[in-house]
Amino acid sequence: MKSFVFPEFQITRDEEKCGQCRGCERQCSFGTHTYDPVADRLISDEYKCAGCQRCVIFCPKNAIVVRPTPSFYRPNASWSREKLDDLKKQAETGGVILTGCGCDKPFRIYWDHIVLNAAQVTNPSIDPLREPMELRTFLGAKPDLMDISVKEGDVEIKTKLSPNLMVQTPILFSAMSYGAISYNAFRSLATAACKSGTYFNTGEGGLPREMREEFGRCAIVQVASGRFGIDAEYLNCAQAVEIKVGQGAKPGIGGHLPGEKVSLAVAETRMIPAGTDAISPAPHHDIYSIEDLSMLIYALKEATNYEKPISVKIAAVHNFAAIASGIVRAGADIIAIDGLRGGTGAAPKVIRDNVGIPTELAISSLDRSLRSEGIRNRCSIIAAGGIRCSSDVIKAIALGADAVYIGSAALIAMGCTLCQKCYTGKCNWGICTQDPRLSGRLNVEIASERLSNLISAWSHEISEMLGGMGINALESLRGNRDHLRGVGLYEWELDVLGIKGAGE
Amino acid sequence: MPRIRRELCNKEICACSIFGAMNRDAERFTGAGVMKAIANMHVRGNGLGGGFAAYGIYPEYKDYYAFHLMFTGHSIADRISAKKELEAFLALKFDVVYDEEIPHGDEATVSDPPLVWRYFVLPKKQGEESLLSDGDYIVGKIMWVNTRIENAYVFSSGKNMGCFKGMGYPEEIGEYFMLDKLYRAYTWTVHGRFPTNTQAWWGGAHPFSLLDTTIVHNGEVSSYGTNRWYLEMYGYACTLQTDTEVIAYAADLLMRRQKLPIEIVAKILAPPIWDAIDRMNEKEKKLFTTLRMVYAPLLMNGPFAIIIGQTGRMIGLTDRIRLRPITAATRGEMFYLSSEEASIRLISPELDRVWTPNGGEPVIGELNSMRKV
Amino acid sequence: MARAVIDATDLETKELNDRLRDLMHSGVKNVNIINVCGQRYIGTRLYTPERLKMDIEISGTPGNDLAAFLYGHKITVHGNAQDGVGNTMDAGEIIVEGRAGDVLGFSMRGGEIYVRDNCGYRMALHMKEYEGKRPVLVVGGRAQDFLGEYMAGGIVIILDLLGQTHQANFIGTGMHGGVIYLRGSVEQSQVGGQVDISPIDDADRAVLDQYISRFLERFPEIGMSLEEILNSQFARLTPKSKRPYSNLYAY
Repeated sequence: MKSFVFPEFQITRDEEKCGQCRGCERQCSFGTHTYDPVADRLISDEYKCAGCQRCVIFCPKNAIVVRPTPSFYRPNASWSREKLDDLKKQAETGGVILTGCGCDKPFRIYWDHIVLNAAQVTNPSIDPLREPMELRTFLGAKPDLMDISVKEGDVEIKTKLSPNLMVQTPILFSAMSYGAISYNAFRSLATAACKSGTYFNTGEGGLPREMREEFGRCAIVQVASGRFGIDAEYLNCAQAVEIKVGQGAKPGIGGHLPGEKVSLAVAETRMIPAGTDAISPAPHHDIYSIEDLSMLIYALKEATNYEKPISVKIAAVHNFAAIASGIVRAGADIIAIDGLRGGTGAAPKVIRDNVGIPTELAISSLDRSLRSEGIRNRCSIIAAGGIRCSSDVIKAIALGADAVYIGSAALIAMGCTLCQKCYTGKCNWGICTQDPRLSGRLNVEIASERLSNLISAWSHEISEMLGGMGINALESLRGNRDHLRGVGLYEWELDVLGIKGAGE
Repeated sequence: MPRIRRELCNKEICACSIFGAMNRDAERFTGAGVMKAIANMHVRGNGLGGGFAAYGIYPEYKDYYAFHLMFTGHSIADRISAKKELEAFLALKFDVVYDEEIPHGDEATVSDPPLVWRYFVLPKKQGEESLLSDGDYIVGKIMWVNTRIENAYVFSSGKNMGCFKGMGYPEEIGEYFMLDKLYRAYTWTVHGRFPTNTQAWWGGAHPFSLLDTTIVHNGEVSSYGTNRWYLEMYGYACTLQTDTEVIAYAADLLMRRQKLPIEIVAKILAPPIWDAIDRMNEKEKKLFTTLRMVYAPLLMNGPFAIIIGQTGRMIGLTDRIRLRPITAATRGEMFYLSSEEASIRLISPELDRVWTPNGGEPVIGELNSMRKV
Repeated sequence: MARAVIDATDLETKELNDRLRDLMHSGVKNVNIINVCGQRYIGTRLYTPERLKMDIEISGTPGNDLAAFLYGHKITVHGNAQDGVGNTMDAGEIIVEGRAGDVLGFSMRGGEIYVRDNCGYRMALHMKEYEGKRPVLVVGGRAQDFLGEYMAGGIVIILDLLGQTHQANFIGTGMHGGVIYLRGSVEQSQVGGQVDISPIDDADRAVLDQYISRFLERFPEIGMSLEEILNSQFARLTPKSKRPYSNLYAY
């Protein structure tokens, strides 16, 4: 059937600059560029181009420009180019349109409508270059009352404490499984997490055996619906266990790792035959109601001798706050909420772009509803989905989160350009692929340095903003909505976020 | 979930002066001295608030809780109606032994004083409430009055002690309530206010109190939002629109309900920094790490110098990087705390010892009779 | 020559300083101010383009910002001083026969301050010097935290004559000029990352000799001799670089 769809990207090559080094041909895994020996020039097939910009960055002569094709259809506010072309693709194939990364549609971004406070006159701002600025925080359940006895200056704590994770900065690496991303990318995240005093999350792909001893101390391991790679050693080598109930990019549906990406190594870690599709069913088939979840939480606590906090990751959907409250009462120590903009390696585009609610509204709603029930202390909240910069982190904390997970941001630090072709397994940056020719391009030392730099830079910026507000410890910002104001928001949005409008 | 409106009420911030004087032999003295001392720091305030806490002033009624009530509202009718509603509530929930208007001199220059009344009461618990301690019962009822009965505020509620406060310079408030003539106390704490919100009101002055704990505070609590949400989970309603409230409620929660000693409470409100904790010995490190981990939302951030008054004790504390000053001094059995040394010298030119405590370390004065032998 | 006397009892800050200024303009050089209790900015309103110099003695407790912006006068306090002594002082001398409070010598740009006992937080913050003009601050007791923050010049000497050891933390954070001498020793964990701790050499000894002699002249009640003090161990704190934060910002 002839395809009626335009190519998504246009490629322009400056023939005067081009030296025919064929670097672009080697760099592109989609086969976009080929060398024509007769004409002694490079020819590009625009239909294959994913727009990942790899050839542009690596061309030694800066001879290539790749830009999105403007829409050639008559302008139509309802039928955008994307809607037209997706429909034609479905007519051609009868299939579900897949995509990667997070929702790219223009839903309101609340981070960009919230402004921060600064202290003046009545309260000195604190200079983080001179005075201590503390970003250390603890994730887990805290007791309501502490029983402490004091005898002649000797203090003894009688209350038994729940296990907590200590992080030096409130930025953790979100769950991205080995299988969805390459071994090198996965290892880079682990290396950077250990170096920067934070944690990485293994996602549902398990933790390769050779990494457990070195990286277990900064790992959060996931128990997802496919239960891949889970054994007692896996659970006990890590610092926390996360039950993945849902994720922001595809709430309500399961995951699907195509057989092409299940290499021998991936198969070994996940404990499934190589080349088969790795399917994570939509629900955990042993959790059909909240009491089943409670049973799983306690099963994991038993399996880890009550030494590790148990986290539950849910997607932010309509009445998730009530569900989250149930989850806290079911025994979870940490709740991770993944909002509308959360990323993924593969999801149906229609689900990615239409299901879920924005993270900002979710954090505030959850924090306030747990507080009003008096149980906010019993868990920590980690917010995920569309955290792009340090100011987003600060706003998330002020709205009520204890820490944030970054996924897309971490991949971008390693080179990702959000071309949304992760599901093809042909990532030219070596991140979302199992092809050793491609994943070899990502050097673990350099990539982990980029990630550590990112954490360090954001932590400095957070310190500056905190100091500007007259606060020198992160715990004094958590849920402190007084330091936020909204700009250009409707009143109901201000109500949900629990903040005043600027000037009020 | 029904729509919850965000509150628009503002938190007032204030910069000010504080002073405290205590006789550790429990000998009682009039308010004249502390009124002079606070007047000396006149320039630190702007006349929009002042107040006193005094301990040991009601020896004849020492076994009863002394409730000081403020009835505000624009007209006399509003105030009388608030008083009637409050008295009906009191009659149901408490045994009222005696009540009267708190005497005041009309020559004093304060503006628009509300109706101020005192009641000596004992709790009258019924049904399930009999299981509550006196303290919890009374705190619950006070929160109810302050949130539900319009124009009525309980601003003092301890035994054998009382707060006197309002709009005006503190020395004017002292004259209004005749503190130099009518009362003798073994501890006085005083506060002069410089609020940056000119809608100051009588209830917003310091001290803030709950049962016998009173707080006078110089500074601004930048962690107010965080402290407040934590305390609201434990039933404290922050209604008086001033950040000092959270310090009073935190002190009540930690000291009365959780029975933690003041040295530990100081380490919760003004903990050492992580670098210092990491360098401590194992036992101390575990203690301080645990306290910070569990009580993180009670860390009081921002500059503060506070004087906490309680039966038999007076405690001075500053924030952990000492952004606000406090000077401590002793002379014989007298123990003084002040924002400026000169004020102490005014009433006691000779002093045995004068020092400025480190940030985050409490200075504790106790009645000699209370010390364990 | 008899000294003029101002009785500060019941005088507001402005009134006291009015009278002091009047005395200066009428040619009086020596003044005693007695019964001082909390009045602020004493010595501040005494600027004259001719640089007239007065010798002022204060009995009582002066209030905050004593000798702020001092322009060359000499002030002696028979008692303790409060916060802000010598704030942005340009020239002159201040002697405190007792302790001083917080923010002593803040932004000081010249002149000398001698304090017999302890002082509070944030001493010598942003102290500066230029060519020959170098401020000096000598304290006989100890200082509290944040001593010498952002120091850009000048000399600070803390003697700890009672031998209680220096407990201050965050000493010299952001320091990029000047020198701090601490009698005794201090741990690396007590000083900012930009600060070098080193032993003193002969040039330092000469400086210490000069200013400690002057200190002892002003406080004869101190029972130690110059030799005794100079023979103690001293730690010298200096900044590692002039641009302590150059690597922090990118693009």
